[in-house]
Amino acid sequence: MTERQPRPSQRQPQFPAISRLLHWLMALMVLSMLFIGIGMAATESPRYHVLISIHRPLGISVLAVVIIRIVNRLLNPPPPLPAGLPGWQRVAAEGSHYLLYALMLILPLVGWCMLSAMPYPVVFAGSWHLPAILPPNPTVYAWLRQTHTVLALLLFLTFLVHFGAALLHGLVLRDGVLQSMASFGRSRRQRA
Amino acid sequence: MAPDSKESIEAQPLTPAAMVALLALIGVVLLFVAIVFVYVGGWLSPHRLTQDRMMQAFQELDGAHPGFRRNHAKGMCVSGWFDSSGAAASLSKAAVLKAGERSAVIGRFALAGGMPFQADAPGQVRSMALRFLPAGGGGEWRTAINNIPVFPVNTAQGFYEQLLAARPDPSTGKPDPAAMKAFLVHHPETVRAGALINARVVSSGFADSTFNSLDTFRFVNAAGVSTPVRWAMEPLRPVVTEAAAQAARTDKNYLFDDLIAQIRQQPLKWRLMITVGRPDDPTNDATRPWPVARQRIDAGTLTLDAVSSEDGSGGACLWISYDPMVLPAGIEASDDPILSARSAAYARSLTLRAEEKSQKAPSAVTPQEVRALLAGGKP
Ligand code: HEM
Ligand code: HEM
Ligand code: HEM
Repeated sequence: MTERQPRPSQRQPQFPAISRLLHWLMALMVLSMLFIGIGMAATESPRYHVLISIHRPLGISVLAVVIIRIVNRLLNPPPPLPAGLPGWQRVAAEGSHYLLYALMLILPLVGWCMLSAMPYPVVFAGSWHLPAILPPNPTVYAWLRQTHTVLALLLFLTFLVHFGAALLHGLVLRDGVLQSMASFGRSRRQRA
Repeated sequence: MAPDSKESIEAQPLTPAAMVALLALIGVVLLFVAIVFVYVGGWLSPHRLTQDRMMQAFQELDGAHPGFRRNHAKGMCVSGWFDSSGAAASLSKAAVLKAGERSAVIGRFALAGGMPFQADAPGQVRSMALRFLPAGGGGEWRTAINNIPVFPVNTAQGFYEQLLAARPDPSTGKPDPAAMKAFLVHHPETVRAGALINARVVSSGFADSTFNSLDTFRFVNAAGVSTPVRWAMEPLRPVVTEAAAQAARTDKNYLFDDLIAQIRQQPLKWRLMITVGRPDDPTNDATRPWPVARQRIDAGTLTLDAVSSEDGSGGACLWISYDPMVLPAGIEASDDPILSARSAAYARSLTLRAEEKSQKAPSAVTPQEVRALLAGGKP
């Protein structure tokens, strides 16, 4: 293990502040969406209405923010992973990040399509409605509804792996990967 | 914490024991998050009333009828329009209630219960479901209303327990009277509501029935003032009470067949009557009527001029879920807990029947039957 402990001078460069901000904003939004979604689909109580009334606008906001985030990523590419990282971990890290991006983009789109096919009005807030993006169709709705559940569960599992990997980097490997996203102290980029 | 001290800690190599402890810690954290998720999803709460359990209770009571609504399963589509008088516009900014606004309407008449092939009977609860689309755009409004004066229960839990109490005993095929008796002991509100429901005047058919919202909603006007309201569709034609001879008719679809014959003769009309609540009127209890002295507003006229089977090309209502929480800006939910429960249940019912679409049997009122009656013939 000893040889993997980086010297402070070789620390991971950090993600740019805007990328960190977007990451943590979206982490909060997406985790809320997962718990709100799974909770509202399992209750006949007054919470159902409260939760779905948050789920729709928050989910549409996830769609908007993830688009901004993808553009930001093209403008501000992420820092490279630590040089000593084995190849399979590199693939796993990048693969899971692409999967997270894909799910954050597709899941809200499936939600919007689903309401369109039901057909239910796509209420953003009050009288602010979004247009239907699919014609009404029960077969398409049934398929989308199941897809929404499956993708949400996949997102949750991917998040668990992601979270576990972040903790592993932060607590066990201590290679600066967690700090590259998590630390809001002095930027280490200049020191790298 | 100074950055330097943190970095010096990080530079220490981990002992194997520390590593195992940290890995175990990570495992525990992940497990904890997963358990919270599973808990929120209801998998650890066998007694939580979920959509799944509500749907299961309908099935235990009425049997499995793939492709049909879990409740109000026997029905027929109608269409027409709604002309707003504007008299309710001071209470609600909803486009559908603006003076002179005409909304297209797709509706459905149905009988309560999850049995799609039940025989029409006078005592069976009749329903009217409406979807309003204002011509000038603006929010869509859906409402599903019944010909009873109050609802038998005031919570989703009560509704669920009532379904379970009425379900047939597998050994006898009949409901267990002891179960219903036990339910009523715990639900005095149902006993009181039942007396009002039994005392109602049953009219001769759908066309002269009054349909009530039962649940309370809130109208919100342009100034933001919120008023509790209930509403009803009152027939323009005179109410004829159910004659004993008619109740004995052998045509299993006589209520629907009469409706088709009546629409063939002339469009059917109802008045949308808004009852304006006072601050101390019960808004969260659908078993309790409001005092009769409340102000009532004639908000406009519903005209239904076309009818069709749920099946076939005319069946525009079949895949509409008349979720009472599909409301335009200007109409909002009250604190009635039944509303949220209905929204959850109607969405799940729609999901199930959409999944089962290919297995759906033809509806009781078929396109042939409607065509024959519209041509002036017999069913
Ligand atoms: C990051 C985005 C999203 C996540 C993580 C998410 C997650 C979920 C989850 C976990 C469920 C419960 C699934 C089940 O147990 O069957 C759900 C249901 C649902 N979601 Fe989403 N969702 C997202 C976006 C959206 C969007 C944008 C909309 C619509 C505008 C939407 C509409 C719905 C609806 C209508 C349901 C079903 C409610 C019901 O069956 O009563 N979702 N979502
Ligand atoms: C709450 C716990 C979380 C922690 C501790 C965490 C930590 C991290 C860390 C350390 C990185 C940097 C990895 C690297 O340098 O390659 C990262 C990247 C990333 N995280 Fe998270 N994250 C969390 C939650 C989430 C959630 C909920 C999502 C979204 C669903 C998410 C999506 C992403 C994505 C897409 C990246 C890649 C960023 C890029 O390369 O552009 N994270 N996260
Ligand atoms: C907790 C209480 C209730 C539950 C669980 C419940 C459940 C259901 C379900 C599952 C459906 C079928 C929906 C579909 O597949 O589209 C339905 C239909 C209907 N319900 Fe309820 N309901 C409740 C209370 C009420 C109340 C208070 C009313 C009062 C007016 C009402 C009136 C109707 C009507 C009119 C329909 C038929 C709508 C149509 O023709 O599509 N329900 N109900």
